[in-house]
Amino acid sequence: MIAILKYNAGNIKSVQNALSRLGYKSIITDNPSELLSADKVIFPGVGEASSAIYYLKERGLDKTIVSLNQPVLGICLGLQLMCRFSEEGETQCLGIFDTDVKLFPPVEKIPHMGWNNCLTIKGDLFKGVSVDDDLYYVHSYYAEISLCTIATCDYILPFSAAMQKENFYATQFHPEKSAETGEKILKNFLEL
Amino acid sequence: MLKRRIIPCLDIKNGRTVKGVNFINLVDAGDPVELAKAYVKQGADELVFLDITATIENRKALAGLVERIAAEINIPFTVGGGIDTVNDVSVLIKAGADKVTVNSSAVRRPELISEIAGQFGSQCVVVAIDTKLVGDEWIVFVDGGRTPTLLKTVSWALNAEELGAGEILLTSMNNDGTKSGFSLDITAEVSRNVNIPVIASGGAGSMEHFSMVFFNTECSAALAASIFHFGEINIRELKKYLKHEGIAIR
Repeated sequence: MIAILKYNAGNIKSVQNALSRLGYKSIITDNPSELLSADKVIFPGVGEASSAIYYLKERGLDKTIVSLNQPVLGICLGLQLMCRFSEEGETQCLGIFDTDVKLFPPVEKIPHMGWNNCLTIKGDLFKGVSVDDDLYYVHSYYAEISLCTIATCDYILPFSAAMQKENFYATQFHPEKSAETGEKILKNFLEL
Repeated sequence: MLKRRIIPCLDIKNGRTVKGVNFINLVDAGDPVELAKAYVKQGADELVFLDITATIENRKALAGLVERIAAEINIPFTVGGGIDTVNDVSVLIKAGADKVTVNSSAVRRPELISEIAGQFGSQCVVVAIDTKLVGDEWIVFVDGGRTPTLLKTVSWALNAEELGAGEILLTSMNNDGTKSGFSLDITAEVSRNVNIPVIASGGAGSMEHFSMVFFNTECSAALAASIFHFGEINIRELKKYLKHEGIAIR
């Protein structure tokens, strides 16, 4: 069973829809034992960092997330919350990835909204994907490039399009909204 | 590189697309979900659904339709029409919409923009502006273009950004339906002045019109309805043309 973490973020249903289009059943849950026993966990997210972390901490879900041993996929805000610190609401995050989240400097339109390709990609998550394939982004904050970075994208400056550390994977783009390329990436994650 | 987006807009009335469609191989051309799927297949970057009836009794039907769209479509989509309250937004977002558009209701009560942004994030609030050149001034119109306001278009767009809008959908009423091309003036002026993405709308009649608006303005996307519905322009062909012209397109 695939568990989608339920928290105060929008658009969780669209992840479940994407999984069912790929033929996978999933549950949306904030029950720690369901999360711990799932084969895969998806940590989606559209929302604001400090209120999301507050919500997770209030329910002890911050500790549950970092203790997961199965493959975990953070999406968008999910990726940012898995970093050390976010400038959004000056938020101490989960610290899975050893990097910080910053606001894009306002030299181009913000949010970075729309389809963008990668500069670099590596690893199983991007099996069958090319750097020319576009993915859908909508975000105003970005994770700096670090040793965990497995894909980079360029908007205003190069940033982490995807990260991985051990069993923790995360994408800044929305695979569930990125047409066939996004489906490929989700499928790669589900087949890990 | 971030790509310019091509967005077909579907007008919905009682759960059906209203404008005639001329699509081949569609089981049911009036079904918004079938039409949406066809556009996704052609390479549309996003979709906009506007409920033009937008009465209270149609709200539930619209939410049901949004659920069906969300289940079948793998690209982002925006829903609008008659949104007056955060609760209206909540119903649509829960049903699976990625963004909502507000128009007249935001002009009447601008705080609505901050209320939606506060609860669902700026990325989900598209402020639609219907504008018309009156004398030498671009003025904001409401009620589907029937009622002029005292608002100047650029200052309203800036105000909307300040209040938390994530995107502006700018329709030039002078150009809408004319097939004479997008209004380059107001599109350039608004997209130069705000620091959020602007969707150009109104007047698309040919592929050249799209390249002109992308070359001459900083708009992030271009929206059209009838030319796509009637099959006058195929999105796949349009994107091929724009790429050939050197515009960043998916």
